[in-house]
Amino acid sequence: MTNHEKQKLKDSLFSVIGYIATFSGLLILAYFLIDIFIDGFHRIDIDFLTGFPSRKAENAGIFPAWVGSVWILGLTVIFAIPIGIAAGIYFEEYAPKNKITYILEVNIANLAGVPSIIYGLLGLEVFGRLMGFGGSLLTGALTLTLLILPIIIVATRESLKAVPQSLRDASHALGATQWQTIWYQVLPSSMGGILTGTILALSRAVGETAPLIVIGALAYVDFIPNSPMDDFSVLPMQIFNWTSRPQQSFIINAAAAIIILLAITFIMNSIAIYLRNRWQKKIQW
Amino acid sequence: MAKPVQERIIELFLKGSAILTVCTTIGILLVLLSESIPFFKEVSIFEFLTDTEWTPLFTNKRFGILPLISGTLLVTLISIIVAVPIGIIIAIFLSEYASPKFRKTVKPMLEILAAVPTVVYGYFALMTVTPILQMIIPNLSGFNSLSAGIVMGIMIIPLVTSLSEDAMYAVPKSLREASFAMGASRLQTAFKVIIPAAFSGIVVSVILAIARAIGETMIVAIAAGQQPRLTFDPTVPIETITAYIVQVSSGDVPHGSLEYKTIYAAGITLFILTFSLNSISFYIRRKFQEKYQ
Amino acid sequence: MKNKKIIIHSEKVNVYYGDNHVLKDVNLHMPEHTVTALIGPSGCGKSTYLRMLNRMNDYIVDFRMDGTIKIEDIDIYDKSIEVEELRKQVGMVFQKPNPFPKSIYDNVIYGLTIRGVKKKSYLDEVVERSLQQAALWDEVKDSLKKNAMSLSGGQQQRLCIARTLAVEPTIILMDEPTSALDPISSAKIEELIFELKQKYTIIIVTHNMQQASRVSDYTAFFYLGDLVEYNKTDTLFMNPEHDRTRRYITGRFG
Repeated sequence: MTNHEKQKLKDSLFSVIGYIATFSGLLILAYFLIDIFIDGFHRIDIDFLTGFPSRKAENAGIFPAWVGSVWILGLTVIFAIPIGIAAGIYFEEYAPKNKITYILEVNIANLAGVPSIIYGLLGLEVFGRLMGFGGSLLTGALTLTLLILPIIIVATRESLKAVPQSLRDASHALGATQWQTIWYQVLPSSMGGILTGTILALSRAVGETAPLIVIGALAYVDFIPNSPMDDFSVLPMQIFNWTSRPQQSFIINAAAAIIILLAITFIMNSIAIYLRNRWQKKIQW
Repeated sequence: MAKPVQERIIELFLKGSAILTVCTTIGILLVLLSESIPFFKEVSIFEFLTDTEWTPLFTNKRFGILPLISGTLLVTLISIIVAVPIGIIIAIFLSEYASPKFRKTVKPMLEILAAVPTVVYGYFALMTVTPILQMIIPNLSGFNSLSAGIVMGIMIIPLVTSLSEDAMYAVPKSLREASFAMGASRLQTAFKVIIPAAFSGIVVSVILAIARAIGETMIVAIAAGQQPRLTFDPTVPIETITAYIVQVSSGDVPHGSLEYKTIYAAGITLFILTFSLNSISFYIRRKFQEKYQ
Repeated sequence: MKNKKIIIHSEKVNVYYGDNHVLKDVNLHMPEHTVTALIGPSGCGKSTYLRMLNRMNDYIVDFRMDGTIKIEDIDIYDKSIEVEELRKQVGMVFQKPNPFPKSIYDNVIYGLTIRGVKKKSYLDEVVERSLQQAALWDEVKDSLKKNAMSLSGGQQQRLCIARTLAVEPTIILMDEPTSALDPISSAKIEELIFELKQKYTIIIVTHNMQQASRVSDYTAFFYLGDLVEYNKTDTLFMNPEHDRTRRYITGRFG
């Protein structure tokens, strides 16, 4: 075989390997998902969705868990979205290009890399103990807010960056102040991208377990939380709890709960991607 | 008519939100230090870093962090062995072989791997991967670092691929064309021209993947075990730093006790590890970022 | 030409971007209800000077100026001046049409919206009046809710003019308003300028000398930051005082 032929063969071989590699991850994931489906799908019924945890696996349900997840999601939305978008706007539209701003930006990149469990330790001390919120939904939501804040800030900045300067110029030339320009022109044009990033960040928050364990979310909850100061559990915690039990019946419960959690995650991510596509189509600068 | 007062209040809120990010970092440092410093008054740093056993919850207390670090590093190593080769191969394939349409379709699909909650991956590791591996490795323990590491690797693939591929894609067409014009194949171009040109970006992706693996909690908490052990045997139960923190937080250890403070000592160790890696990657990105005009 | 009141006084104006001295000792006095063209090769400072008049240069990092610019006897760089009010009086049309990605109607009323004007009947009036003045009304009167981005380039530019007119300025600045348009749209805009000067004072930066000689009453020639010559357009083009001016307008350099 000539050198040229050898190279061509290697090239084609790599092409095949590349295809396999690209889909291997997805195929493995598909295998996992099918496995879970087989294990858990039959367990899902109305009693499961509206029932409370129990020592007997057959009677156990995920009602407090998914209600807790909804609560956490709602509270996190209230805190994370305004603050995250506000900070993003500040960095992109107001902050002067100096050393202090640079340090702030580096800081955000760092926060994005801090393990989620450390946010748990922070939340436990500051919100749980110092502010006295204990192991409540409020503590959990505030902790998760800090965790996903860097993601929202980055998504906001990227969307704002995409708005052409000519739009701001036109607005300023008509006598609009900086905030008016942002409120009437820049934000509406970048909303799609901001929403996409935000929903993806919230989807991540829904799936978080470690920080909530640390701040004191309960493993066993037999009531529905009524206020932000109540103790709580969330779906991932219930899954963790059941997965830690040796009995096969609890494992089946865990699988069923996972299906519900994945459904929620999938729906949120799909909405985000749908919004991203619609927004990208709309914007033709 | 301009409304200066209203605008000033809004700007204050915007600025305050930005400053909150600094407060978060300060908060993390304060919390970790305020609990670790009293800990290190009772347990010497030397003992902490050199003792080979970690048994704070037993009656015979030993406070050597090495077993937790070795557990963390073992799982991390396995996950990197899985994620980096596969991730880079995918990156090369997407950047140098695939059509733009294929790339556009497949990239978001890979992100799905990263979107799955880690507790679900933990379940997979324990319930699916370990039983399969036990058929190949008969004396594989129910809790072990091999399954956790493999599953973690799968989860990290999108991170490696995404960053490496961006770095490779950014290499200008002109370099590729020069290589092709001299008769090189895509494979040769990829390995001899593109990868060296995108090297710093690839290195950054690996470092960030390592940091991600070190900080990961649920996969190891579910599947790797709760037995701190200074070993590099992937078939036995171990405990990582993160899993230890979860173990103590879920338990009944009273706040304020020395045993409780261990989670902050572990936490600050974890923080130093991930912070250093992130800083290194930042430094590399800044210093070696190939600027293509 | 009758004796018109001077409404823009620029005296000893120097402008710096950091260490770059971009405008040197400019003295320029422009009468109302006229069209003044600013011409000169690329980088000569004409756009910079234009942007001094509505303080758009404020956004440039390291911007510094000394000298005085008075519009209707008020020093516009005085500390007490609210720049948003200045821009109501002095409007600007940009080189590349930049309508907002909103409806035609919302584009025109934007300047009023940000000033809190809400009364629908009044706004409707303003929209019709402005679009009429911009010679766009007949083309869009039945589709005011349509998105402005769906208009042609020439229509978009006339929309930008209408939007500027809606706040009833005294002075309109135009930064190469036709360079991104086709010849027919350009001609329409030049006609428009001729109409508008009856009510407004127009300063137009242009690369196109034929345009300058067609459209303007006065012309100012800039070169490397200096105001070389300023005169009635006919005089400047037919009998320029300075050699440099003559060489520029005859195409010896560009």
